[in-house]
Amino acid sequence: MASSSISNPEAGTNRSRESKCKKRRRIGIGNGIEEVKIAKTRWNTEAEQQIYSLKLMEALRRTRRNPSSLAAKVSPAGRNAVRQTADRVLAVAARGRTRWSRSILKSRLNMKLDSYRPKKHKKLKVTGDIRSKKPVASNRLPAVQRKVRFLGRLVPGCRDLSLPKLLEEATDYIAALEMQIRAMTAVAGVLNS
Amino acid sequence: MSSRRSRSRQSGGVSRITEDQIGDLVSKLQQLIPELRSRSSDKVSASKVLQETCNYIKNLHREVDDLSDRLSELLASTDTNSAQAAIIRSLLM
Repeated sequence: MASSSISNPEAGTNRSRESKCKKRRRIGIGNGIEEVKIAKTRWNTEAEQQIYSLKLMEALRRTRRNPSSLAAKVSPAGRNAVRQTADRVLAVAARGRTRWSRSILKSRLNMKLDSYRPKKHKKLKVTGDIRSKKPVASNRLPAVQRKVRFLGRLVPGCRDLSLPKLLEEATDYIAALEMQIRAMTAVAGVLNS
Repeated sequence: MSSRRSRSRQSGGVSRITEDQIGDLVSKLQQLIPELRSRSSDKVSASKVLQETCNYIKNLHREVDDLSDRLSELLASTDTNSAQAAIIRSLLM
């Protein structure tokens, strides 16, 4: 086994690439439950919450120090600025592994680019997975389908996602939001005293 | 060669979404939502789980909005440098 892999390096790389593709496809559906477990443990640690608090304070300090016109366009009111900063730091904390985090960062990038390029209002759409266009099994009842659509609109960037992918994203998004609330509550508590 | 073909067949089988997988994900989602965690998974339909999930996410959004309002007020009164110092101090102790 080892000799064949050594003597045929190209086949080895092809096999590893295919296994990676297989893993990526599997992670989308078969290992969705694994991802859910990972999401729960990842966002629940004390360390993650503390790191988020620190990064949030740093980001807030930076936005307050540079009230340029660009910042004013990106964050219109002071309250909205905090919310957008908090969401952005949360999305960065996700390390690009989830669709909602990428969508949050992309939408902010779009707003910044729009202020630089006034000619065309181009929006970078988060194109759903092409495989998601296949009919999904359990959406027979229109009521359930309505709720799935609504859920897709609530989670950023997940409007046209297949049901299992959407449930995965929603799971991670809920865990992340809970962590965000815990961290911001703690920060508000410290600042209050 | 044959292994590659068999692998592609395998990946084709995985891409078909089964009801069991969706049911599993729905039950995992149910455990995350505090309202539905106590009830057994047999009694809660997928529709209810989805409905409660939507409500829960809306509540979380509202809480984040309230908290960010509160934080913006707190930060407006004090300067951010000392606020940041206070946060770091609280985390270190």
